[in-house]
This record gives sequence, structure tokens and C-alpha cells, in this order.
Amino acid sequence: MAKLKGAQILCETLIKEGVEVIFGFPGGAVLPLYDTLPEYPQLRHILVRHEQGAAHAADGYARASGKVGVCFATSGPGATNLVTGIANAHLDSVPMVAITGQVARPFIGKDGFQEVDITGITVPITKHNYMILKADDMARVVREAFYIARTGRPGPVLLDIPKDVFEEEVNYKDSEPLDLPGYEPTFQGHPLQITKAAKLINEAKRPVIIAGRGISISNAYEELKELAEKAQLPVINTLLGIGCFPESHILSFGMLGMHGMAHANLAIDAADLVIAIGMRFDDRATSKIAGFAANAQIIHIDIDPAEIGKNLKATVPIVGDAKNILQSLNQKIESNTHTKWIHQIEEWRQQHPLFTVRKSEELLPQYIIRQIYESTNGEATIVTGVGQHQMWAALHYCYDKPNTLISSGGLGTMGFELPAAIGAKVGIPDDIVWAIAGDGGFQMTIQELATIAQEDIAVKIAIMDNGYLGMVRQWQEMFYDRRYTATPLAGPDFLKIAEAYGIAATRVDSKIEVIPAIQQALNTPGPFIIDFRIEPEENVYPMVAPGTNIAEVITDPRDRSILPEKAGNIGSL
Amino acid sequence: MATMKHTLIMLVQDRPGVLNRVTSMIRRRNFNIDSITVGHSVTPGFSRMVISVDGATTAVEQVRKQMDKIVEVVKITDITNENIISRELALIKVESTPSTSQEIIRIAADVFRANIVDLTPDSIVIEISGDEDKVNSLIELLRGFGLVELARTGRIAITRGELGPLQKHEQEIRKKPKTQKDKKSKTAKK
Repeated sequence: MAKLKGAQILCETLIKEGVEVIFGFPGGAVLPLYDTLPEYPQLRHILVRHEQGAAHAADGYARASGKVGVCFATSGPGATNLVTGIANAHLDSVPMVAITGQVARPFIGKDGFQEVDITGITVPITKHNYMILKADDMARVVREAFYIARTGRPGPVLLDIPKDVFEEEVNYKDSEPLDLPGYEPTFQGHPLQITKAAKLINEAKRPVIIAGRGISISNAYEELKELAEKAQLPVINTLLGIGCFPESHILSFGMLGMHGMAHANLAIDAADLVIAIGMRFDDRATSKIAGFAANAQIIHIDIDPAEIGKNLKATVPIVGDAKNILQSLNQKIESNTHTKWIHQIEEWRQQHPLFTVRKSEELLPQYIIRQIYESTNGEATIVTGVGQHQMWAALHYCYDKPNTLISSGGLGTMGFELPAAIGAKVGIPDDIVWAIAGDGGFQMTIQELATIAQEDIAVKIAIMDNGYLGMVRQWQEMFYDRRYTATPLAGPDFLKIAEAYGIAATRVDSKIEVIPAIQQALNTPGPFIIDFRIEPEENVYPMVAPGTNIAEVITDPRDRSILPEKAGNIGSL
Repeated sequence: MATMKHTLIMLVQDRPGVLNRVTSMIRRRNFNIDSITVGHSVTPGFSRMVISVDGATTAVEQVRKQMDKIVEVVKITDITNENIISRELALIKVESTPSTSQEIIRIAADVFRANIVDLTPDSIVIEISGDEDKVNSLIELLRGFGLVELARTGRIAITRGELGPLQKHEQEIRKKPKTQKDKKSKTAKK
């Protein structure tokens, strides 16, 4: 049995867990780890420019490739800079292992240089975390961390490792069993529950499926398609569920929620059965929860038992893995048709046509997204930030394949787009990756342009540049009488910034320049930035005002009759 | 029954920071907890927690399910509707004067069968154990004399009679060696 240092054991175990890429930023507490990395050339380390970039890159990498994302940071400020990215991964159920250095063991708890209680800080935002106090525990704990991160409902796991543990030499045992008596994710759904659900599905007159990210995590696309086609069930998805059912499919009825399609929201309101799979009734999706799907019984399929009954009471809860459950369910349901019901939803779609971009010679963001879709044949992976551009990207691109829209849903982190696109491109290098950014959020992680340049990561970047914090401005327009406090942005000249980083770029000021610019971006090897100077006060529609029922969709920008009287009782923003 | 006090018992791995994780979860999810007690369980390496939850203001089922997500929590059960014995220990320091001390001692020792564990010219310390109602009654009766200090443990509870789910689980742990290889798990329950 060889004697190895803690850092070496860590690297050996990472390789055994299938890790190929690490996003990180060095520092004092992780010097021994970084010094060991060159001994393991199978581990590619990508240096970012801010640890938040490392966390988001690991996140984007995980969502695009299906593997566990890994990031390194040093102690103190390095660790705290990861916090936003970890919280983001936690809320969107992304498998990630974050490794932070810590001050040496004798110094812990004494307010040392660059010491911070990162395990304490991350308790509420990680699936689990550890401080590894002995190199003897290293192999087992790292394996436990990966097991916890990727199984059940995926999530981030943080490992805090004191500097002297990296250097401690011990006998390397790699086959110690995991010690997790309290961790047992449920995989198979209860057969009686599945039978009950099948009965409801067979008898329903106006059923809908609401599919979320759980379908992608579980790899259940085929099973979902079979369910929908066999019983002719309309499929509606959440933001994070986009792509888990082909949007060009005749049974796809788009996204629900605050900015969802009107016909999807109306369908849910009128449904008598909602089959919710791998989604958690988040408030952006349901709007006012009291009265959501008021006429429907609810089948709730989720791997996390705590989500069932948390926001909405389920008539038939089924805990377990979506793919597994749908396989059983599909055998128990009957072939069926719902022609009249689907016809009704189609009628609503005709009455509220938002898929047509309004005719205009102004430079409209919806048009730009459409052109990106056309130019890539809908085969790109789109990574968005948060805000208006995120909603336009979700609504105006037709996503047919899973994991082709990567977006921060739960936490809604501005600045997610650039580092996550880096991670995605590294994870799926043969695919085209477009980052869609807003001029506000882009500046939050703009330093990662250096990472793109240094590593030559061929991400195409489209900045929806309107000189505003767009989504906030829209709310100020709709609910605060157009008082634009702290939303106008005197932005930088993005072309000069691109030039400073050594990245090819172009600017688009008018509609006719759009297609040539996109073509230029696609034809230029390597990274490319397009600064689209779009119509400044364009709004995202449809919209459901906060605190109102999901069926009260505002589709006409000039229709102010549905808006609440005062901004006061808006509730959660 | 929404207004009932619920008693949850939890088997947890004895790891540093477990109590922190549990209380952090309580705070973050805004659960209303009456008391929480923890001590070593029968099985080495495991501790047993008893949480009293106010069912009127908190969704007890959510408490149970969110706690279960904590990796170190091995098993959690709501034993409110089982046949349980619940007890609490209190040490009550009450003001006393020559004229009141007799009455205090009579109430404590004769009526409540509590123990007098300290006696000074100005104060008496009474030790009482019993179910929550009994402890509360004594405290209320003594309040009139002037309470100096109150040390309460919070409720612990155990099921009567045959093995409850937690006990069965502990037995299983003690029997088998530590292994964890399967990725798939048992069928859904609860």
C-alpha cells in the first residue's frame, strides 16, 4: 500500500470518479493541491478570473454534459466567492462538487488569515458538506461527496480541506465502503400509487402534463414522449423543463408561468388533471398558488419527497425516479385521444398569438433570437443570463433536444451566462454554444472573457444591449409608473472591451445587420461577441402580474385593465 | 389534528455539526419548534433527538420530510399518535420566606411528589419530572411565590410496548456491517 499525500489521494479519487475538467482559482490554502495537479495530466484545470466564474462554469458543464461539475477555490474570500454559484446549483438541482482550501488544522476557529467558516455558511445551500480533518478520510469522503451530488435529487456538495491535510501522508486505501446510513434516495415508485395515477389519467377529460427539469436529470425523454403520445396528453413545461419534450412536437404547448404562453396557462386553469413530473410548483411557474389548477386533481411525480405537498397538495403523490416511474405508468395507461380538449387549447393559441414577432423595422430582441435559431437550425445550446433576454431566449427559440437551454431558474443569477457557457462548451465541445446576455448581467462576470481568450473557448456571445436593467425597468414601467430608479445603465463600449481581451466582435445597430453578424459569428472560428443595440424599452410578453391567477395573462402591452391597482401588494418579486 | 403538539423522534449519525444542520433547517424553513433534546442512543455512533412541534402553526409533515433530507438523519418518525410515554425534567428555584416555605414544600412534595433538592432561608430548589402538563402545573402554582430561575430539559419520549420503526431501524444498524454499494434503493414508502 503506497503512502500518498492528501492532495494526491484527492486527485486519484477525482480521476476514479470520472472527473476530466476542473474550474478553479488558486490561493495560499490550496497551493499544495495545485502543486500536485501536474502529476495528474488527466485532470484538465481551467483557470477562471473570479471564483464565481468557476462555480457557474462547473454548473454549466454539469448541465450540458450530464457529469458532476467540479470547482476549486482557496480559503476565505475564494470560498465565499463560490457561494452564489453553489446556491445557484442547489436551487436548480445541479450535481457539483466544490473543493475549498482551509487554513491548517491548528489555526481553525481562531480567525486566521483568509479563514472563513465556509462549511457553516454553506449548510443551507448545499446538499451536504464536509470538512476533511484527516487525510485518512479523504478517499472515502470524496467518493461519498460524488455519490451524494449525483444521486437522488442532484445538488452541490462542498469539501473544505485544511492545507496541512493536503500535505499529510497516509497509506492510501481506496476501497473503503461509504458510510451513509441516512442517505437512501427512493428510486422506484410505489406500484399502488402508479395504478391510482393510471386510473386518473385514463378517466380524465382535460388532462395536461407539466414537465420540469426532473425529466432531463432522469433521462426520461423517451418515456415522456411515449406517455404523451399514447394517451394524447398536452405537454407544458417549466423554464427548466424546456427541451425535455420537443417543442416542435404537435403535443407541445410551451412554457407556463409568469412569462409563459397564454394558451399554456389557460389550459392549466381549465384542466381536470395535472400530471406534474420533475417540477416543484415554483412561484414563477404557478403565480398565485391559491387557485392554481383549481379545477384539477394533481398527480405529482418527484424524486424528492419533501417537494410533494410543499407548495401544492397532491391527489396522487409518487416518489421516485421519473424514468422508472414513467416506464411503469406507460404500461398501465390506455391509449386514448383528447381531440376536443386539444382543439380548445389550439383555439386559445390562435387567440393569443405571441409566436409572431410584431412587424417592426426596429431592432427587436425576439427577431434576433429567431435568427439565431434559424442560422443554427435549432441545434445550438443556448445559455442565458437572467432578465428579459432570458425570457425572450426561452420563448422565441424552438428547443427540440434536452439540455439545449441552460438557464438559472431558481436563484435567477445575473452573470450566469458567460461562465456557464464556458462550462457548457467545455462539456460539449462539438456543439455550438451561444451565450445570450443582457448588458447588465454581462458586466457581473465579464472578467471571464479572459478565460475564453486564454483557453480559446469558442463560445458565441450575443449581448442584448438596451442600456437598462431590462426586467427591473419593465416592472418599474408596469407597476411603478415608469419611475426608472437605478435602472438606466451607461454601459461600456463592448467592442473596445472585446478588443482589450483579444476576442473578435461586431456591433449591430439595425435589423438588416442581424443575419450577416450571426453568420460572421458562426463562420469565425473561436469566440465571437455581437453587441446588439436593441430597442431600449421593449417588454416581455406574455406576462402574469405577481399575485394574480395564472390565467390572467397580459398579452397586449396596451391593456392595463388587468394590472393591480397599486404596486403595494405585489408579494414576492 | 392541527392544534396538537407533535412529537418527532430522530435517529442521527453522531457527527460534528449535526445539531447545527437540524437547527439551521428549522430556522431556514420557519418551523415553529417548542423544544429539541438530543442524547446518545442505544447504538454506538448514533444520537437520538426528540423535537416537539406546534402543529397549529407548522406543517409537521414538511418538518419530517425536510429533516429526512439531512444526510446524517437516518430515520425520523412522528410518534404523536402512538402509545407514548413523554417526560420532562425541571429544576425550579422559587423564592421562599419563613411563612411561605412550608406551603411550597407541601405543594411540591405532597401534592406533586417532587423532590426538594436545595433549601436556603430565601429560596428552595424543586426537582420534578413528569409529563409536560404535570411540570407546567407545578410551575404555574409556584409562580405566585416568585420564581427565581427555571431550568427545563424539554420533552423526551419513547413508545410503549412493541418495537417502533426507529427501534427496528436501530436494531438493523447494529446487526449489519457498514456497506453501501447499491445505487438503486428500496421502494417508496411514507
